[in-house]
Amino acid sequence: MTTEVVVTGLGATTPLGGDVASTWDALRAGKSGVVALTEDWVDRFDLPVRIAAKLAVDPTDSLPRVQARRWDRCEQVAMIAAREAWRHAGVPDVEPERLAVVIGTGIGGALTLLGQDDLLETAGMRKVSPLTIPMLMPNGPAAHVGLDLHARGGVHAPVAACASGAEALVIAWRMLRAGEVDVVVAGGAEACIVPITLAGFAQMRTMSTRNDEPERASRPFDIARDGFVLGEGAGVMVLERAEFAAARGAARHGRLAGVGTSSDGYHITGPEPEGIGAGRAISAALRTAGLDKADVGHVNAHATATSVGDVAEAAAIRAAVGDHAVVTAPKGALGHLIGAAGAVEGLACVLALRDGVVPPTLNLENPDPGVQLDVVTGSAREVRLRAAVNDSFGFGGHNVALAFTSA
Amino acid sequence: MPVTNEEILHGLAQIVHEVAGIEKNEITPEKSFVDELDIDSLSMVEIAVQVEDYFGVKVPDDVLANLKTVGDAVDYVAKTT
Repeated sequence: MTTEVVVTGLGATTPLGGDVASTWDALRAGKSGVVALTEDWVDRFDLPVRIAAKLAVDPTDSLPRVQARRWDRCEQVAMIAAREAWRHAGVPDVEPERLAVVIGTGIGGALTLLGQDDLLETAGMRKVSPLTIPMLMPNGPAAHVGLDLHARGGVHAPVAACASGAEALVIAWRMLRAGEVDVVVAGGAEACIVPITLAGFAQMRTMSTRNDEPERASRPFDIARDGFVLGEGAGVMVLERAEFAAARGAARHGRLAGVGTSSDGYHITGPEPEGIGAGRAISAALRTAGLDKADVGHVNAHATATSVGDVAEAAAIRAAVGDHAVVTAPKGALGHLIGAAGAVEGLACVLALRDGVVPPTLNLENPDPGVQLDVVTGSAREVRLRAAVNDSFGFGGHNVALAFTSA
Repeated sequence: MPVTNEEILHGLAQIVHEVAGIEKNEITPEKSFVDELDIDSLSMVEIAVQVEDYFGVKVPDDVLANLKTVGDAVDYVAKTT
C-alpha cells in the first residue's frame, strides 16, 4: 500500500483576505480583490496598466518590525501563510530531519532588488543593505520558513513562473510518497507589483487595461477578456504522510491524491494552443491519484484571462476530464498571484471539496464559444464533490495539475 | 555632535535598537554584540553604516571586526570624533 498524502494545515494571505477564512469567504461571496493603483509611478511612467490585486492586509501589520525589515515582501507573505498553516496543522511535533519546506516563487525579491539598486545609484555602495542578497534570492521565502520551523529534511524553491506554487506541492507530494520525510510545508509566494513587472507584462500585451473598471477587469473565459491582472500573496499547505498524521491524531482537511507535470516544448511564453501538454499533465494527475475522469467533479482552472491560454486550457480540460466537471476560474476575483497562484488555488480546491461549494467566476458574462465547459458564474454553487483538479501553467511551457480528494 | 560617552551610548543604542530590535536598556557597555546581544555579522555591517552617518566617523572593516562589545564601539567613536 503506497502512502497517502494528506492536507493537515492551510495558510494564506491574498488580495481577498489576510488569512484562509477571509479569503475563502470572499471567494465564495464573489468579491473582487482588484483595485486601482494610486502610486505616483503609474503616472510617472504613463503605464498602460493602472490596476492590480493588492494584498487585503499589509504583511507589516502583523510582523514584528525587525523581522519585517529583514525580509522582502515576498518573504513576508510566505512567512505569514506558513505560520498560519503550521498553527492550523496543530504545530506538528516532527523530527527536524523529517520536516521539509518547499516554497516556490516566480520572481522573488523584486522590491528589494529595485530598492537597493536605487540606493546604490543615489547614495552609493555603503548604503546597500548587507541583507540585499538573502532578501532578493528566490529561495529566500523557502529558506526563511525553513529557518522558522527548524526544518532539516530539505528546503526547496521551485521556480516555474506562474506554476511555481503548484510545482512546490508536486515536489512535496513526491518527497512524502518516497518516504523521504513525514511532513512538508509547501506552497508559493509572490509580491512583485512594481513598475518594471507591469511594464514588462504590458509590453507582452498579456495584461488587462480595463483601468476604469478594476473589479471587472479580470474576465477568465469571457469573450471580452483582455489579459490578466497582476496580484500578490501567498498560499501554504502542511502536507503529511497519512500514517504520520494519523499517529499524531491530526485533523485531515483533504488529500493530495495525485500530481501531474508536463512541458509544452513549444514557445517561451505562449501556451501550445491545443492544450495538449496541459491535458497530459491533468491525465497524469488522475492516473497517479487512481481516479477516472468521471470521478472529477470540479476543476479549479488556471484561466488567467489571456486570449490563447483560456481556450487552450478549456480544450485540455475537455480532453482530460470531460465537460461534466463544475469549473471555476478564481483569477476573476484574486487576480493572478504568479508564483503563489497554484498554491492559493490548490487551497481553494481543498476547501471546495470540504464544503461542497464551488465559488463563482467573476466577470464571465459572455463565454468564449471555444470554452464549452460548465463554468460557475453569478453565485457559488453547492455540489457534492469527491475529487477535484487544480491546473497551473507557467511561462516556459510548465504544466502542472494537482488532484485532490476529500478527507 | 555628541561629546560624552553617555551621549554616544545613547545614540548607539538607538541604532542597535533600530537594526536589531533589542531593547535599548539591554544595550550596555559590557555586552558583547555577537555573544550576548545575538547580533549577526550582517546586522553589524548595517550598524556600522548607521554609526558612520550618525557620528560622522569612518568604521573600516578591520576596525569593525575588533568592536566586540558595546563599550568598544563607544570608545572608538569617542576617540575618533
